[in-house]
Amino acid sequence: MSDLSELYQEVILDHNRRPRNFHRLEGANRTAEGYNPLCGDQLTVYTRLEDEVIKDISFQGSGCAISKASASIMTDSVKGKTKTEAEALFKKVHTMLTRGRDTKIDSSELGKLAVLSGVCEFPTRVKCASLAWHTLQAALKGEGAAVSTE
Amino acid sequence: MKAAHVITVRNTWERSHASLAVERIRKDFPILRQRVRGKPLVYLDNAATSQKPQGVIDTVNRYYSAENANVHRGIHFLSEKATQTYEDARDTVRRFLNAADTREIIFVRGTTEAINLVAQSYGRTFLTTGDEIVISAMEHHSNIVPWQILCEQIGARLRVIPFNYNGELLLDEYEKLLNERTKFVAVVHVSNALGTINPIKQIIEMAHRRSIPVLIDGAQAVPHLRLDVQDLDCDFYAFSGHKVYGPTGIGVLYGKADLLERMPPYQGGGDMISVVTFEKTHYNTLPYKFEAGTPNIAGGIGLGAAIDYVTEIGLEAVAAYEHELLVYATEALSTIKGLRIIGTAKEKASVVSFVLDGVHAHDIGTILDHQGIAIRAGHHCAMPVMQRFGVPATARASLAFYNTKEEVDALIRALHKVSEVFG
Repeated sequence: MSDLSELYQEVILDHNRRPRNFHRLEGANRTAEGYNPLCGDQLTVYTRLEDEVIKDISFQGSGCAISKASASIMTDSVKGKTKTEAEALFKKVHTMLTRGRDTKIDSSELGKLAVLSGVCEFPTRVKCASLAWHTLQAALKGEGAAVSTE
Repeated sequence: MKAAHVITVRNTWERSHASLAVERIRKDFPILRQRVRGKPLVYLDNAATSQKPQGVIDTVNRYYSAENANVHRGIHFLSEKATQTYEDARDTVRRFLNAADTREIIFVRGTTEAINLVAQSYGRTFLTTGDEIVISAMEHHSNIVPWQILCEQIGARLRVIPFNYNGELLLDEYEKLLNERTKFVAVVHVSNALGTINPIKQIIEMAHRRSIPVLIDGAQAVPHLRLDVQDLDCDFYAFSGHKVYGPTGIGVLYGKADLLERMPPYQGGGDMISVVTFEKTHYNTLPYKFEAGTPNIAGGIGLGAAIDYVTEIGLEAVAAYEHELLVYATEALSTIKGLRIIGTAKEKASVVSFVLDGVHAHDIGTILDHQGIAIRAGHHCAMPVMQRFGVPATARASLAFYNTKEEVDALIRALHKVSEVFG
């Protein structure tokens, strides 16, 4: 049986209580809004993209512990990465979140993001964990419209 | 069908004295016997959908096993039988609502379709540019969006009755909204997000003083309250079968016959016509004019069985017992540190929405689910209500007459667990 403590790890609870980069970003040139109609999670991702590199990133919004922690860890993880590197990382995160429960993952490249690996045991929460990433993707593509997980 | 239960209600008006043979009632609902994640299922999501008693399941099963045929057209034995059973169910609904005539009972997919039917058929015929439609701030999206669509189509305007911090509609403000441009009022009977029971009789009367027709969204009221559409004098009343222990995909629109007669069909097709030529089609009489295509026959028959079931138990007894549960749950929840109940109207059905400091409703939902407890977490398809209280979402426990105080205790224990995880 899936274990609650796998989902609500201390690192996740900490990022939920004290989200990093949780503010509006002055000088952002790529911004997108994300929305999860199922639970009402809503967040905005701000990035400052220079020469295809994410120079700075932040987010704001409201959501459950999983979506907030995921967004917080994401901002830490992609800061300084190129657009291509960030997109490749999203692919890995997506695989981690949606894989079968017995599929092993290589967590070496995921770093701190690996704390979210327990989410795959909770199918209803995958959207919560991936919302920030979908929003980042939209911001990097420069799409103006809000993204929705539905 | 019989729900052979002993019911003790000394005085239906003295709610505290009411009691139901709940343990016996629970045996009628097979789904309640199961375990979820190794724990006994505690189903507190009845406002989303209610569970089905064995009698309803058997009725639907019997229809498909032994009676299945199309209705209103066959000249064979099974078709006659199916038609008879289906039309009997319509009369069961009529009695349940105390409607004057079975022609006033239209089978639809659910509350949503019923409201869309009225918005499109009545609205597009009798409303025009500049007219105003009044709804309330505590409507489910299904009683907002059909009217917004209508407003866009004809250039009408939506006006909204506000409510106070307890979740009670402000009738003075409602009175101020009514004017010569107001051509329709559509209000929810019981709020799905707050549990508020609105004073709809008064709301209807106030509109009728200005000859404005009123639709009542009864989706959350029908499982809890005894209804009398003639006494209420509402022009339309909509509800869904699945919230009152019946199947999904079936619902009812009650409408006053004289209004329904004057309204054009909502959809075209078989069953709703009397004569079709390429030059002109003559529509069928009520209620069939509004029932295009082969209907949800099994659903209608199942709904009839569900209504028989709750009628046998008695809605007064149900309301009394559920009120007792509501009081118990409200008191118990109030003891949890950091918990705030959203929706504290004086008149409430057994729905408790709440938020917990520092914990999002979705996280509450997941942790409760791990204890086998099913609640709803989210905006409850009532986003304007959430905005009014300044919360993104709430957790909602909605109680039915098969729930027990022990189940409320399990909810409280699980909420302590939530506080532990997030402590």
